Amino acid sequence: MKDELMAFAYRFARNRPAMAGVAILATVFLMAVLAYFVYPDSPWDMVAEPFLWPGQERAFWLGTDMLGRDLGAGIFHGARVSLLIGFVATLVAVIVGVAIGALAGYYGGWMDNVLMRLTEMFQTIPPFIFAIVLVAIFQPSVATIVLAIAVVSWPAVARLVRAEVLSLRGREFVQACVAIGMNDARIIFLHILPNTLAPVIVTGSLMVATAILTEAGLAFLGLGDPNVMSWGTIIGAGRDVLRSAWYVTAIPGVAILLTVLALNLVGEGLNDALNPRLKHR
Amino acid sequence: MPRSLRYLLRRLAQAVPIVLGIAIFNFMLVHMAPGDAVDVLAGEAGGANPEYVEQLREQFGLDQPLPVQLGKYLWSVASLDLGFSFRHNMPVVDIILQRLPATLMLMVCAIALAFSLGVFLGVTAARNVNRVLDRVISVGALLAYATPIFWIGLMLILLFSVRLGWLPSSGMETIGADYSGWARVVDLARHLLLPSVTLALFYMALYTRLMRASMLEVYGLDYITVARAKGVPERRVAYRHVLRNALLPMVTMLGLQVGSLLGGSVLVETVFGWPGLGRLAFEAVFQRDFNLLLGILLLCSVLVVLVNILVDLLYARLDPRIEVAG
Repeated sequence: MKDELMAFAYRFARNRPAMAGVAILATVFLMAVLAYFVYPDSPWDMVAEPFLWPGQERAFWLGTDMLGRDLGAGIFHGARVSLLIGFVATLVAVIVGVAIGALAGYYGGWMDNVLMRLTEMFQTIPPFIFAIVLVAIFQPSVATIVLAIAVVSWPAVARLVRAEVLSLRGREFVQACVAIGMNDARIIFLHILPNTLAPVIVTGSLMVATAILTEAGLAFLGLGDPNVMSWGTIIGAGRDVLRSAWYVTAIPGVAILLTVLALNLVGEGLNDALNPRLKHR
Repeated sequence: MPRSLRYLLRRLAQAVPIVLGIAIFNFMLVHMAPGDAVDVLAGEAGGANPEYVEQLREQFGLDQPLPVQLGKYLWSVASLDLGFSFRHNMPVVDIILQRLPATLMLMVCAIALAFSLGVFLGVTAARNVNRVLDRVISVGALLAYATPIFWIGLMLILLFSVRLGWLPSSGMETIGADYSGWARVVDLARHLLLPSVTLALFYMALYTRLMRASMLEVYGLDYITVARAKGVPERRVAYRHVLRNALLPMVTMLGLQVGSLLGGSVLVETVFGWPGLGRLAFEAVFQRDFNLLLGILLLCSVLVVLVNILVDLLYARLDPRIEVAG
């Protein structure tokens, strides 16, 4: 097991794009963690004169928006919001998806039928519009945004886990567990689910990227939590001054792009490192 | 074709429980929302007196038990009545049908653009695998895949409308120009270009990556080696032998992406002021017009179901190895 882990780490570390992704992601994490130290004041505060261009004044190196709010503070605090919502929403979606997929795949029969119909139903509803409806009805807040993103993203995990569990269900080691009278929960949690971990991790890392894009889209439409500064919110506000001060829109967009790109690179790197035989394609 | 007709009917029958489930779910959502339509109306009127509010509730049937309301709701959905929008003072179905053509036009253009460019770029990358051209295409696709769709729309406006002044930044037609004939088509195309490119970019990246992977997989098959061995030129191998089989997963992907494309059009239509369903959904959110919003959600879901049935039929036509089970 330890050797396997080492081999995996080695394969991953040799993948240069994936390591670049890790570096970008680490930077964004650091920005999120340090947001309150570097910019202790609220990013909503008007701290300088409006429309300072990036680099014009050293104290406000990313410039200020139309209300004189520091864009640097917005970007740092926005990193917290994006990562928090992206990771928590994905975690919730993965837990729900794994539970439903495992139950459907392990028990089969009517349970599989009902759960898969439910999954199919949720997969049919256009995800982004569904998220908009959920957030609009339950009022925008970090919690409702997280839940809305989780609600629209669990079906993919459920289908993946179901297929994996279905193929593991008939394997000898699982039959051996059944034969010695092990209870179902133990078989599922200790013997089947650990074997589905690799694909779930890969899917999960790509889901975080989608979740961050969804959050940004919601915030851009004005459906962000009104109490937190999000990258999408800044773009939505900057849109009105696109003609005169395009940097207000451009900067947070680049932040989203880099973060999502990094997550995709890491996800692909994980995929290649976890499935070394598939690599040469 | 009685066989595919039977298949079509069976698929439509299978879709009924899904649509029914979504409709029930829709109904639950409205009732979980804080406050009902009457509260919103009363709040708007500046706090109506309680008797009037009760009268309104009775009028809309909101005072009846939930199961009765659900039954009524499902019955009206089945008869294509999605309720009434008090904002627009029109039945929801009529508003949606009014806005649907603009969205369909945008989506069809975006899909056509994304699909054709994605196939072309994917084939080009696969033919030059691990060479400079492949790297450039792959990096471009990776970037386009990570870019927020609304942001790239704004950047395109900045470049092509604000800086260069080549293309209009919003709307569907030049207001007050009253073009007719070809001039109108040209005007429409100029307005359509930026939104469809914006919407297409992400999917083009997706198709490029999928096409490349799919091509490389088919390149490894024995019959390609045979084709090369008998001296078929490389270009012909790529476009005639590999491409045709590599296209199949792309068709599946097309069906899977319709729902997400509809979501993307909400953002694109908002950025470009395109008068379609997406912009309507955006307006409905801020007018708290939940009847309209849920009508859009339901209709979009039905659209996804229909497109997927269509894609499956198309798939069976493209690949004779797959039979539609009658």
